[in-house]
Amino acid sequence: MSDQVTPRPANKPATERSGENREGRDTTQSFLRPPVDIFEDADGITLHLDMPGVARDRVKIDADRQTLSIEGAIQIPMAEGMEAIYAEVHSTQYRRSFTLSGELDTERVDASLNDGVLTVRIPRRAELRPRKIEVRAG
Amino acid sequence: MFTPLTTFENLFDELGRVDQGLDDWFGRWSVPAGIRSVARGTFPATNVGATDKEVHVYLFAPGLDAKKLQVSIQQNLLQVSGERSVQHNERATYFRQERYDGAFRRVITLPEDVDPDKVEAAYRDGVLQISVRRREAARPRRIEIK
Repeated sequence: MSDQVTPRPANKPATERSGENREGRDTTQSFLRPPVDIFEDADGITLHLDMPGVARDRVKIDADRQTLSIEGAIQIPMAEGMEAIYAEVHSTQYRRSFTLSGELDTERVDASLNDGVLTVRIPRRAELRPRKIEVRAG
Repeated sequence: MFTPLTTFENLFDELGRVDQGLDDWFGRWSVPAGIRSVARGTFPATNVGATDKEVHVYLFAPGLDAKKLQVSIQQNLLQVSGERSVQHNERATYFRQERYDGAFRRVITLPEDVDPDKVEAAYRDGVLQISVRRREAARPRRIEIK
């Protein structure tokens, strides 16, 4: 398990164990997997993710036909020169992905964030919603 | 065969199993745990940091009802209790319910030089931050030799 510790003092550089490949991307960062509630009703699928410490401008949601990817960066203002005494949260980056199915309309994803809970709603394509079929008296 | 997505999920599950294994292993060897310590994964996750002047406690507790939140301190024992209620949609089919739902209480042992009269708490973006000032270091006392 990574020993990267949060909170990090503001004036310390990013973790010593951070590696970078040639493209400059961080290759050894560990991620937090936000717990999620997922439910489905006739209109589509809703996800609630716990991402405490993330503000609205630090959430990234990508949805294509096959995959829904959610990322969030924790930013908590911290005092200078702070030492970590005890840490259960070891990373500052949330990440989780899901594969989707074709009847979900990824063009109309709706997302909102409140007190660290991200709600994502993916409606079903309108033409594919279950339709009640009226039975005529014949 | 394996999409990157599948491997990622499996990796974290494996780490979870390793964590559980370590807990069992240490349990068998009777390494003493803090008397007020909690099981891994207890809600809410907590981090504690300190400067010379203050101790900062961060509780990662999203979706809290701030009215039900209670923070109290006695000497250097900080107690936080509250409730996180998850709204349940009766008409829907649930595939996953991983988020914590219910009451919680955490007792955190702080360094002994904290001043329980100087505590501040703020709740923002789902993180409850509690700051406690530390007492000034006591001056060394001269001891007379009789």
